Amino acid sequence: MTRNQQLYAWLLLLPALALLTAFTYMPTVATIWHSFTGSGMQDNVGFNLDNYRDLIDDDVFWQVLRNNLIYAAVTVPVSIVLALVMALWVNSKIRGKGALRLAYFTPTILPMISVANIWLFFYTPEIGLFNTILGWFGHKGYNWLGDPNLSLYSLMLMAIWKEAGFFMIFYLAALQGISPDLYQAAELEGAGRWTRFRRITLPLLMPTTLFVLINAFLNAFKLVDHLFILTKGGPNNASNLLLYYIYENAFSFFDTAYASALTVALLLILVVIALIQFGVIERRVHYR
Amino acid sequence: MSQRSTQSKLLSQVTQSLSTASAWVLGLLWIFPLLYAFWAAFHPPAYVTHFSLTAPLTLANFVKAWHQAPFMSYMVNTVAITLLILAFQLVLCTLAGYALARIAFRGRGLVFALILMQLMVVPEILIVQNYQTIASLHAVDTYFGVGLPYFASAFGIFLLRQTFKTIPQELEDAARIEGCSTLQIIRKVYVPLAKPTYVAFALVSISYHWNNFLWPLVVTNTANSRPLTVGMAIFGAPESGVDWSVICAGTLISIAPLLIAFLMFQRQFVQSFIRAGVK
Repeated sequence: MTRNQQLYAWLLLLPALALLTAFTYMPTVATIWHSFTGSGMQDNVGFNLDNYRDLIDDDVFWQVLRNNLIYAAVTVPVSIVLALVMALWVNSKIRGKGALRLAYFTPTILPMISVANIWLFFYTPEIGLFNTILGWFGHKGYNWLGDPNLSLYSLMLMAIWKEAGFFMIFYLAALQGISPDLYQAAELEGAGRWTRFRRITLPLLMPTTLFVLINAFLNAFKLVDHLFILTKGGPNNASNLLLYYIYENAFSFFDTAYASALTVALLLILVVIALIQFGVIERRVHYR
Repeated sequence: MSQRSTQSKLLSQVTQSLSTASAWVLGLLWIFPLLYAFWAAFHPPAYVTHFSLTAPLTLANFVKAWHQAPFMSYMVNTVAITLLILAFQLVLCTLAGYALARIAFRGRGLVFALILMQLMVVPEILIVQNYQTIASLHAVDTYFGVGLPYFASAFGIFLLRQTFKTIPQELEDAARIEGCSTLQIIRKVYVPLAKPTYVAFALVSISYHWNNFLWPLVVTNTANSRPLTVGMAIFGAPESGVDWSVICAGTLISIAPLLIAFLMFQRQFVQSFIRAGVK
């Protein structure tokens, strides 16, 4: 490898690396720095742990963190199971396959903000669609977004609806890659439907499941658009999620130092997810 | 024996129909919100929860929505931002992807690992610092301000690197003997052969940035650069006092271009998402 070529490689990488430095690496470092040296809107007031002390004492932070974990713990498995079931249906000899696939996948294409506007009407008390339908059966309905016990679950319902179709296509691709010979052989051996699913389909879908799992977990922490329309984290933070809380602190309460400490917490969560992905999972999935 | 086999056949037929029926129920539930938006948008406000076959059709909601918000500038902004980002991404990711795939420079593994970090730490998470950077560049409320953090896409670099690696080295060597420079080789050998990957990446990138919200919300503050998503959030806010039929009409206006493109190129969209995800 000549010196020239070395230089050339760096030249080709330069624009991308410069932008990544400016908008990913530097801000990451700056966020950590600011969380230890900032106070309120002020920078460089000297090294201090005040932001982290505030964070530990902040009940809202712990509530938001718990909300986010519950949100992930419910939406991730439910959307993955639904995605798998959808993929199995769309991959079988069912009538109207194309239309079904379209129906399942369409929510994925639409902007979260736009569909949240539609769902906002579904959830509205008094005149909203869900309560109107419940009213036909003589039920007085729920305060979907205003009830602190319900608002987080209302958000989850919409998130599951939005995401399941997206994960379905990855399962669909994987299912289409499984050789039909395997099923024929199993059938000859007298394996029933359930056995075939459990012994052939599920294990062969394992890499896809792990891929989808990681992405679903990341999305549970990265995607908070619907909060802006549906609940704004309310009532009283009952449906608040971490990234939305960061936004509130930075751009509504103007406490960028505390927002930086919160961002560090979010970065730590992402690092943990990354470690799980590269550590445990990568080693287990290489069965081929 | 034969009775048992007819019984099990009957049973499997029943499970089959049950499964088909559930698939359809779920499909209807999934498409329902969109169908509902169409219903509300094309009927007078009195019919938002009153479903009747005799409900009169109207376009009044669309006219009202169109006059209540500057949809035209939102739409222009969204298209401009999406294309600006895509154009930069395609160029930057091609150059970086080639270097990582074909030049064995020192520190390649480390650089690649650093780049992949952005798959986890997306620019939205760093809104606090990134806003300050854009503000210091005086780029708040401009297309460039919205686009800059996304120009270098780790995802695009990764995808193109993987694709370039599958292209036979002999093609590059042959082109070099013909006297092509590296940039010419990239343009004439690698880019044409990686076309499906470019299409896949473009569709994924377009849907992502057409739908992106949090960062544009932070970094735009007038209709000069505000994209559709941010416009819709303001439009739909209860304070603005519009009624549901009008909101649904506005929603349909905002999703129409992408929805039509999706319906026309459904197969490509799905294939692209799979290709982009599985790599």
